[in-house]
Amino acid sequence: MAYVPAGVYSPLFGGKNSPRQVGVPAFFLDVRPVTNAEFLGFVRANPNWRRSDVSPIFAESGYLGNWSGDLELGPRAQADSPVVQVSWFAARAYARWRGMRLPTTAEWERAASAGFMTENGSTEAAYREAVLKWLSVPAPLRLPPAGSGRPDVFGVRDLVDLVWEWVDDFNTARLADESGDAPGLDSNLVCGAAGAGVRDFTNYPAFLRSEFRSSLDATYAVPSLGFRCARSP
Amino acid sequence: MLLAAWACIGMAAMGGCSRASKTPDNSGNATTSKLPVEYALLLPAPSVPGSVERSHPSHVIVDLEVREVVRHLASGVDYTFWTFGGDVPGLFIRVREGDLVEIRLHNHPSSKLPHNIDLHAVIGPGGGAASTITAPGHTSTFSFTALHPGLFVYHCGTAPVPMHVANGMYGLIFVEPKGGLPPVDHEYYVMQGEVYTAGRFGEEGLQAFDPDKANDERPAYVVFNGSVDSITGDKALKAKVGQTVRIFFGNGGPNLTSSFHVIGEILDEVLGDGGSRVTERDVQTISVAPGSAAIVELKVPVPGTFVLVDHALSRAFGKGALGMLKVTGPEDSGIYSGKISDTEYGGTASETVAARSEARPGSILPVAAPEDIDQPGVVPTLEVRKERGRKTYLMACFACHQPDGRGLPGIFPPLAGSDFLKADKARAIKIPLMGLNGPVVVNGKPFNNIMPPQAFTDRQIADVLTYVMNSWGNDFGTVSPDEVKQAH
Repeated sequence: MAYVPAGVYSPLFGGKNSPRQVGVPAFFLDVRPVTNAEFLGFVRANPNWRRSDVSPIFAESGYLGNWSGDLELGPRAQADSPVVQVSWFAARAYARWRGMRLPTTAEWERAASAGFMTENGSTEAAYREAVLKWLSVPAPLRLPPAGSGRPDVFGVRDLVDLVWEWVDDFNTARLADESGDAPGLDSNLVCGAAGAGVRDFTNYPAFLRSEFRSSLDATYAVPSLGFRCARSP
Repeated sequence: MLLAAWACIGMAAMGGCSRASKTPDNSGNATTSKLPVEYALLLPAPSVPGSVERSHPSHVIVDLEVREVVRHLASGVDYTFWTFGGDVPGLFIRVREGDLVEIRLHNHPSSKLPHNIDLHAVIGPGGGAASTITAPGHTSTFSFTALHPGLFVYHCGTAPVPMHVANGMYGLIFVEPKGGLPPVDHEYYVMQGEVYTAGRFGEEGLQAFDPDKANDERPAYVVFNGSVDSITGDKALKAKVGQTVRIFFGNGGPNLTSSFHVIGEILDEVLGDGGSRVTERDVQTISVAPGSAAIVELKVPVPGTFVLVDHALSRAFGKGALGMLKVTGPEDSGIYSGKISDTEYGGTASETVAARSEARPGSILPVAAPEDIDQPGVVPTLEVRKERGRKTYLMACFACHQPDGRGLPGIFPPLAGSDFLKADKARAIKIPLMGLNGPVVVNGKPFNNIMPPQAFTDRQIADVLTYVMNSWGNDFGTVSPDEVKQAH
């Protein structure tokens, strides 16, 4: 794991009274996302998380859909590629099994704002290019191995250009949904109003991540969504 | 492109994998209604589904699949577009005023991003966007009643919206008015959009989105139907002489207003901003804002290739905003004659002083100055004419015949005291008009050289001949412009 020192996170959305910056205490973060091989170890030890046995309230029907069998990875799930099509419940269970947890949005975004050479990636052309390039190509049929990307200034790899990643409090990114109106969230934050209350219009990658998280439900198993673990010191 | 239609029907049969608990009756279906159910036929540009042939409302199911695909943008240039139905612009949706429209938005599992849909035909939060944010590998469903007729834009409303739209997520939904539209011979779907690539226009390879260019509203490409050559060459729109063409024209933007024009054509009728009434007739160019659309109709009475453009010309001729309508059939020279003739033109008698002073000896430039032009009703005196002729002589003739009219022995014949000149005025007039070559004898001496015709007006020739025939002791009479005219 890599040590991410204490820092700040600037939330993308916020009302007049919410803070412009949130302090993030130091924490440890996995250097790379969890792999298929590692998750296989988890389901071997925890049969209730196997594909045929998992409860539908914890994972939708596409859970581990790219694996060949309950305990068999197969050609579409290389051992050292990031595990995907895992629900939030499953990711949390894995983290707990390893004595860890999922990172929070603030922790994840704090880590992802770091560039390859400095703590502020938005000033580095190479960093911005890496993000936009990932968004410019469709998802490949087979994902490259986890941990093969260039390390950032903290030594963390693949944060922004391999797979989307679960965070513990993904639900707070929710912009709007009729049935999911959380109290205090302005249900107008869609389409035309998805601009009101925005602080940084030019931070496209952060926008995209925020929108992606807000489209999720805890049971979702999305082909481009994986996770990594965190732990407090 | 029936593939798209069959795909829609296939997906509808499968029913998708809808999440429960979001719909009124928990079944994944929209509000149960007593209306007959049908599945919309969705078609890619430039095709348009046929008019709605029923006189009652229906419950119309629209199966629209979002896919992120690499597509051709220009020759040698690819781009990852985010599409409604695999195409840019998105598939054309055609329903009838009063229909209950059920949108099933499927986001293909291979998509990287969530997407939603805002249809301008919807009255309701976000135009549907509030109810359709869809993660990859999921389907969202909502329904609306098409209360207003008209041609409306639909687009993705997921933040950052300019990026989703610029990446191709726009299309048109036509809510046909209850009485339908008058029949025409052809209906076409054309939609303009900008593409903000990191590379310059034409730079080859798979291009990435450039957020700075998008923020600054400086696209590298402005195109019709998703690529530079989508409706050109053998993919041009077609019609026959005498037919009427209707174009459903939309502008997805995200930022620029289109000045839509068809070169060589006039738009007979325009239903502006896609509304339900004719707003203009007989116009040349219409403004279509980003997020707006217009229905235009034009007759094509003569054959030819008529070029569709955004008349902000840097976009048409530098960024790709160009398409074609090819009309075949018999010509009508009364309406358009084509080129009747192509003749030489040497300029007029009203050349400027500057042009005259630039004339070189031996050149055949016309040499009149404004002060040389006859005022109407004024008959110039002999002195005036001789002076004008002298100026002309000193611009051209002197180079060979010399300022004193003596010529060069053996080479250029003299004019001073020339028996050749004196003997035949009609012949003399023809010389500056048509030139002279071959052997001549002047004052007993042989000459055999080439004199080119002089590009003077009749008046100039008359004046210079008058000067020559009354200078250096010559007293050979005068020459009038009419005499020169008759000598042509």
